[in-house]
Amino acid sequence: MSAHLKQDEPDTRNVLDGMEQGIIGQPLARPDGLAKVTGTAPYAAEYPVADCLEGVLVTAPFTRGEITAIDKASVLSMPGVVAVIDDERLTARAAQGTAGEAPEQPAREVGYFGQPIALVVAQSFEQARDAAKHLTFDYRADDLDDVPLDPETAGAEPQDGATRQGDLAQAMSAAAHSVDVTYTTEGHNSAAMEPHAAIAQWDGTKLTVHASLQMLNYNIAELADALGLQEEQVRLISRYVGGGFGSKLGISEETVAASIAAMELERPVRVVLSRQQVFQTIMRRSETKQRLRLSADKDGHLTGFGHEARVSQLPGETFAEPVLQSSEFLYAGENRLLQLEVARIHRMTAGSVRAPGEAVGMPALESAMDMLAQQVGIDPVELRLRNIPERHPSEGLPYSSRKLAECLEQGAKAFGWDSGARQPRQHRDGEWWIGTGMASAARVHNVAEARARVTLKPDGTALVETDMTDIGTGTYSIVGQVAGEMLGLPMDQVLVELGDTEFPRGPGSGGSWGASSIGSAVFVACEELRAKLASKAGVSTDELKLKDGGVVGGATLVELLDGEELSFEGHYEPGDIADDYTASGYGAFFAQVRVNRFTGETRVDRMLGAFGFGRVLNAKTARSQCLGGIVWSIGTALTESLLFDPVDGHVVNCDLAEYHVPVHRDVPDLEVIMVEERDPAASPIQAKGIGELGMCGGAAAIGNAIYNACGARVLSFPMTPDKVIAAMPD
Amino acid sequence: MKPFDFQRADRLEHAAQLCADEGTRAIAGGTNLIDLMKLQVETPQTLVDIHRLPLGRIDDTDDGGLRIGALATNTATAVHERVRREYPLLARAILAGASQQLRNKATTGGNLCQRTRCYYFTNIDQPCNKREPGSGCGALKGVARLHAVLGTSDECIATYPGDMAVAMAALGAVVEIADAKGHTRNVPVRDFHCLPGDTPWRDNVLEDGEIITAVILPPPVAGRQLYRKVRERSSYAFAMVSVAAIVALEDGRFTRADLAFGGLAHKPWQDPRLSALLLGKEPSAKLFDEAADVLLDGAQSYGENAYKIPLARRTLTAVLAEATGMEL
Amino acid sequence: MPITINSQTYDLPEDNRVTLLDFLRHDLGLPGTKKGCDHGQCGACTVLVDGMRINSCLSLAAMHDGDHITTIEGLGTPAAPSKLQQAFVEHDGYQCGYCTPGQICSATAMLQEIANGWPSDASDSLEGPMVVSGAEIRERMSGNLCRCGAYANIVAAIEDVAAAEDAA
Ligand SMILES: Cc1cc2nc3c(=O)[nH]c(=O)nc-3n(C[C@H](O)[C@H](O)[C@H](O)COP(=O)(O)OP(=O)(O)OC[C@H]3O[C@@H](n4cnc5c(N)ncnc54)[C@H](O)[C@@H]3O)c2cc1C
Ligand code: SF4
Ligand code: FES
Ligand code: FES
Repeated sequence: MSAHLKQDEPDTRNVLDGMEQGIIGQPLARPDGLAKVTGTAPYAAEYPVADCLEGVLVTAPFTRGEITAIDKASVLSMPGVVAVIDDERLTARAAQGTAGEAPEQPAREVGYFGQPIALVVAQSFEQARDAAKHLTFDYRADDLDDVPLDPETAGAEPQDGATRQGDLAQAMSAAAHSVDVTYTTEGHNSAAMEPHAAIAQWDGTKLTVHASLQMLNYNIAELADALGLQEEQVRLISRYVGGGFGSKLGISEETVAASIAAMELERPVRVVLSRQQVFQTIMRRSETKQRLRLSADKDGHLTGFGHEARVSQLPGETFAEPVLQSSEFLYAGENRLLQLEVARIHRMTAGSVRAPGEAVGMPALESAMDMLAQQVGIDPVELRLRNIPERHPSEGLPYSSRKLAECLEQGAKAFGWDSGARQPRQHRDGEWWIGTGMASAARVHNVAEARARVTLKPDGTALVETDMTDIGTGTYSIVGQVAGEMLGLPMDQVLVELGDTEFPRGPGSGGSWGASSIGSAVFVACEELRAKLASKAGVSTDELKLKDGGVVGGATLVELLDGEELSFEGHYEPGDIADDYTASGYGAFFAQVRVNRFTGETRVDRMLGAFGFGRVLNAKTARSQCLGGIVWSIGTALTESLLFDPVDGHVVNCDLAEYHVPVHRDVPDLEVIMVEERDPAASPIQAKGIGELGMCGGAAAIGNAIYNACGARVLSFPMTPDKVIAAMPD
Repeated sequence: MKPFDFQRADRLEHAAQLCADEGTRAIAGGTNLIDLMKLQVETPQTLVDIHRLPLGRIDDTDDGGLRIGALATNTATAVHERVRREYPLLARAILAGASQQLRNKATTGGNLCQRTRCYYFTNIDQPCNKREPGSGCGALKGVARLHAVLGTSDECIATYPGDMAVAMAALGAVVEIADAKGHTRNVPVRDFHCLPGDTPWRDNVLEDGEIITAVILPPPVAGRQLYRKVRERSSYAFAMVSVAAIVALEDGRFTRADLAFGGLAHKPWQDPRLSALLLGKEPSAKLFDEAADVLLDGAQSYGENAYKIPLARRTLTAVLAEATGMEL
Repeated sequence: MPITINSQTYDLPEDNRVTLLDFLRHDLGLPGTKKGCDHGQCGACTVLVDGMRINSCLSLAAMHDGDHITTIEGLGTPAAPSKLQQAFVEHDGYQCGYCTPGQICSATAMLQEIANGWPSDASDSLEGPMVVSGAEIRERMSGNLCRCGAYANIVAAIEDVAAAEDAA
């Protein structure tokens, strides 16, 4: 049986708060925890599969052109080599998030340096890896003089959907205060710790693939499309995913290649990307160049708001880093100009990396806001508070629940923010200048269609099944907690099964929509189950109080069920409500840094984030998401930068030694405040997303603190020592 | 990784004999060699496992110095009681490098011989004169962020990436090398690595069949010992610039200023003109600036690495200020 | 000589190219030890060799004959987890869990290193005594990347275990 909810109206019933079990929101340890800490949780490449062959991808050593011939014989005689797969169906790029169809580009047509072109399959990994380096092929490469590689000089196309309102130039020239500044941010790599991997098995009619994927509901369609199969012929399994951060939203080359090989060879085939291949063939976050124009009256009320950005992308891709997403609605200013443009260049595919858009747009905006506060001569917290608009500044929509002011105020208080006059270079500790900075956080809220089946077993336990994934975000926990709360069961009485397309289709994990969407589907199913239980208990649904496996003061679930099994599939759909409200998560960051006056090295001393993202479903895992976001803020601020070769466009620093994700020592004590909130317009469980908010602006708090510490206004992220010393006044 | 023949050497001479073949490589900790073999940057036909040869000891020398065996791990050296007390510069340099896991495997000999981290050297789809003589230098027209500003050539602008050797150079240490015939020769660490010149494939003076047996530290000297490593993240990163210093003052004047630099050249960089300039003078901001002028006289940058010139100046100033207790 | 892993002995692989990491993961069916980079750059593959932590990806299995290796599977099981394993669960010292076995193996050895009085780059004095502080843990654990950014919770978990051991 199924139950359906399309949310067109805010759900103000607050059903979860009326339940008895008392586990929703609690900081419970993860049910999958012991498996993870003991190394018994299996990730994609780790399923024991008998007779499994190993495949290694071969990549193109040129930028643009085509493979004209592949000499399979060049490796087929090598020890252990079984096959060279150069099937037309091999994909050249990863699918973009929610594509739902295979990437169009064939592997033989090369569009970027390092693109996969073939798969070598051998008995052992060692044999395949060696043979992959020896495969010879003919190709025609375009003259690099004709291949655009530099986003600065390549022509750019403006994107549709620009906001033009009033006259920004006029507002700028008439304003008491104005800032006109251009920031740049460098490319990022998701760098999930588990490299992309797949084991494909074909039994002649059905393809089963263990893969590392975020969105099985879309991935199954993408893979079926790539292979020319029906979805019914494909089963994807991703029970544990070693991080995704956008890089596993769409199916990537290894999954398609492993599948083709398994079907062709009629044997299981495993393909795992090398770390270098992850860097070179999956996704990058585009570098950006952003011009911010802010004008304000003498009290700091914004009169003009301009945010223009240039990003880059390969030809043939529609995704463009949505840099301006939160700039659309975060602050006031009646004269507005927001415009995104895309330069077409032959670097690897640009795609979603944690918090696409705000991850780089918010740091630039919040840095410009810091400059404006300095000009106006007011506390930067106050500047933000003064510019919280009543309604969406261009669309006029009301906001759903918004806790920006609370985050700013509570965050400032807990951090011990000094709201007095701010001058750089006021504090020194030996060689180190010490300073503080802050920034707002914003990340648009999304929900997606989701299905989950909840079954009450005759023994009084519950089973939740969905193909939703847990990529580290805590889905196993929060799904169990929603079901347990609704059905009056402690966590150990709820079994959660995820990551298998044999289960009802979830929303996939991405865009921070996972928890609220899948939580809502589970909620919808549980409401139906509760109605059934109520009628069995002879009470109304509202009167039904369930706790610890039974009706409070009444029958146990086992008694009520009396041998029967009850099962509902909950189906949640985003409704018209999305058109009626501007919904977003909000927050504020506060950081204290030290900057070495000689070397320009910056270390974060402490950092605090205060966030409002609707209902907290599990305070432990939600806090972890916030912590992770703050760590990414540190990386964006100080260390992370993809470098591209100017001659052929390849990713130069394609490993974890030279692409610097933060290490333990980069991350100080962090404090997280989760502001109490219920957002009835966001979802029927009043929750919004939290996976990305923690990095939407945090880098600016660090950059602003660098300025406050030492007087260096660095206009480019990451603020590596070379840039800091170049900007440091003498 | 290409298939290779795996041999275990049970004696030093045996190892040296095996290594006399061009396609043969000794493997100690393996943390550099296996890394490069997976990338097929290194493709030895034979690997000679030397890691169990009895070259791991750290012993006092007759003259009061210290002899660090070639197979002593970086960890063993850094935690050695005399190293900590009398050669803190060396302990600090080692501890500033890599991670504890790597230092537990990395050996003295392997660390000295570790190859450059140049991105083009480690990518076999790119030109590199060091890896493939005559193919060109990818870094020259490419991204030279890690690259050298001193002692470069048109053929190669790579750096020696290590930390330990920079400290050893400042300490005046000597590399002890044995060959297959049982002969040994001693080469000062400062002369062990080569400049790229027109033989960029050559990292150091080792000949085929030669094995490093130890590094010998002279008796400890009086003075402050400092190792300063500037890096993009606070740990587990190679140096952008590093400075090793042994500095002593008497009556407010320099009586010792042994300096060596990492991240600037194809070898730990030393410039005898520096101590000549500093000795006998009173520390001052102006003097430090002059020292930096001398150091960087003739420095040449290649795009992305231009920052190294001001960064080296600033880091040298910071180290001299710290070593002399000056407030700048 | 055979190799001993978690108290069981095994013959070395035939192909001498097989790293200790791939030997564990592929040949022996012990995939608890993770491969994050295969080049010594992430620490996911950390195992203990005679008590010392190393990156198993940069070591040939053939070079470990006679050695005693402990992997995450040897430190504890779901039924009998080690103190650190428990503390990681309690403090949410992970998210995706992929770096976790490496973090735990590393932390196990690290506490011993501090007990040995070994210094780190974060130690003010090289000559000790060495303390278990936040700054020390962070430096000493920096060879283990966590892209999920669970660092603060990992440090809290380790501090907890160290404090309990101290009290004991
Ligand atoms: C991610 C990462 C980060 C790192 N960070 C740093 C850092 O910050 N600072 C730093 O200094 N280092 C760093 N390193 C490098 C590390 O220190 C070296 O890999 C290590 O020191 C090499 O020692 P090994 O014994 O493992 O050498 P091996 O890999 O065994 O050998 C390296 C080379 O030396 C030769 N060799 C070894 N022993 C001898 C001998 N006795 N005689 C003659 N030749 C010999 C080998 O034939 C081989 O060519 C890092 C490494 C990695 C992977
Ligand atoms: S700098 Fe040296 S190592 Fe780097 S590409 Fe040029 S020749 Fe090769
Ligand atoms: S897999 Fe060994 S360090 Fe990354
Ligand atoms: S828990 Fe995901 S990388 Fe550490």
